[in-house]
Amino acid sequence: MTVKQLSIFLENKPGTLTGPCRLLAEAGINIQTFALADTKEFGILRLIVHEWEKAKQVLEQNGCVVRITDVVALEVPDHPGGLVHLLEILEQAGVNVEYTYAFTDKLGDRVLLAFRFGDNEAAVKALQAAKVNVLGTTELARRLNT
Amino acid sequence: MSKVHPPPIMHPASAMDFLPPAQLQQVQLTRLKAMVQRAYDHVALFRQRMEERHLQPPDVNSLADLEKLPFTVKADLRDAYPFGLFASPLSEIVRFHASSGTTGKPIVVAYTQEDVDDWSQAMLRSFAACGLHRGDIIQNAYGYGLFTGGLGAHYGAEALGAGVIPISGGNTDRQIMILKDFGVTAICCTPSYFLHLIDRAGEMGVNFKELPLRAGVFGAEPWTESMRQRIEAESGIKAYDIYGLSEIVGPGVAMECVHQSGPHIFEDMFYPEIIDPDTGRVLPDGTEGELVLTTLCKRAMPMIRYRTRDITSLAADRCPCGRTLRRICRIGRRSDDMLIIRGVNMFPSQIEAALLKVEGTLPHYHILVDRVKGLDTVEVQVEVTPEVFSDTVGAMEQLQARLSHSIESVVGIRAAVRLVAPRTLQRSEGKAKRVTDKRNL
Repeated sequence: MTVKQLSIFLENKPGTLTGPCRLLAEAGINIQTFALADTKEFGILRLIVHEWEKAKQVLEQNGCVVRITDVVALEVPDHPGGLVHLLEILEQAGVNVEYTYAFTDKLGDRVLLAFRFGDNEAAVKALQAAKVNVLGTTELARRLNT
Repeated sequence: MSKVHPPPIMHPASAMDFLPPAQLQQVQLTRLKAMVQRAYDHVALFRQRMEERHLQPPDVNSLADLEKLPFTVKADLRDAYPFGLFASPLSEIVRFHASSGTTGKPIVVAYTQEDVDDWSQAMLRSFAACGLHRGDIIQNAYGYGLFTGGLGAHYGAEALGAGVIPISGGNTDRQIMILKDFGVTAICCTPSYFLHLIDRAGEMGVNFKELPLRAGVFGAEPWTESMRQRIEAESGIKAYDIYGLSEIVGPGVAMECVHQSGPHIFEDMFYPEIIDPDTGRVLPDGTEGELVLTTLCKRAMPMIRYRTRDITSLAADRCPCGRTLRRICRIGRRSDDMLIIRGVNMFPSQIEAALLKVEGTLPHYHILVDRVKGLDTVEVQVEVTPEVFSDTVGAMEQLQARLSHSIESVVGIRAAVRLVAPRTLQRSEGKAKRVTDKRNL
């Protein structure tokens, strides 16, 4: 139960973020959420789109280096302690969080987060056992479009 | 899908590749004597240098006597610009070529009709050595023009009876379209340009492994064994090393056979020696030094003991192909390319080898040398490829560290590694420019 994330290599200098975003725009692909990890010299743009295969193709045809990674999309209650509860489950399962970022949409009293775990499978298993709602691609698209 | 690499078909012109050594030496000596006489009679600079040494052409009685003769260096060709070293009257010259003179005037070379024919034979034997024959379609992506690569390969391919596509360099997308649509079986270009073609083909959805293309005749720039492995793994073709230089004839001085164990020198036409670059003394086979070549057939422009600046050694052991021609070991470096970084000698090819040791990295790189506060700095810019790219910063930093460590262990100097986006480093359609040296030395 994971969703596909595109990672794109960028050099850390003005204008490099525009290129891939423009390519997606011209292909009519909307970005559901994204995050930018930066170092002094380079950055990694991570983004989630519904038509990830099309996005990958468009980007690669234009010379981008793209990597597809499975990430886990989760619903987290939007109140104090909501995130802590989730992290405790993962801690007990011994799963490491590599990085995380949020979706901009809020669903009622819940927010959506994207997580990349050291072991996605173990994380999903532990979370589902604790009744945390883990979203697949279709479910994610449905929620974001409504 | 693995490609079919049929056994080579023997071409009659290749017979000279298999002469028994004693017979080969006889041919070499006869031709050498005539060559020395011709140069002495018609080239003022050579005659003057012979006289300074109190030598006359009859003093050359054996191949070993070659050692007594003066060297010719690149500066001699430059000083003689344009026609000073010709041994034929202009009325007998049918072709001129010239090097891209990076410093001032170019170097001019010339050919009589016999020279053009001999060169075609050398290139024919080159193609035949790597298993090409009538019926092959050869895409010649060497530049046509003053550069010897284009026309040299062209005439050789025609003499072989193959179909030659004179596409010249550049226009990468069209190269790939024709490669695919014409069912091309062999390509001639620089190894760095072929890597560029592989990359671009991938973006265009063309997989070289699925095409009839089976051989690459790669030369005009130094490249490494690991680059060969990478090319072969990514395209399924066999990558052959061809050696040549305009001053001697152009491409076709030496060429690898299907065993890929170093280019066989066409010794009946080009006589090789290895010398100590510092003392000029001749070194035995198997010892590394500077390659010196003497043309044995050239009419328009004989070259006696031309110092190539290429560092290599001669292998005299018998190749499984049966050729009696000695082989030059891979030329990874030219004494011209050497950089001195904080007192350590470094060759760009060492950086390439270090990068390729790290799995997955394509050798698109550029070396930037600078001097900051009196200290030499080296930055190696490496293009990121899908194979090495990771979504985590940690993994990318580890890659940088692995590359940097590999360079330090191979070259012995610490270099900063900068990861850059694909296709940001300048692509060359001819010889790749690997180094920018910003120091004012």
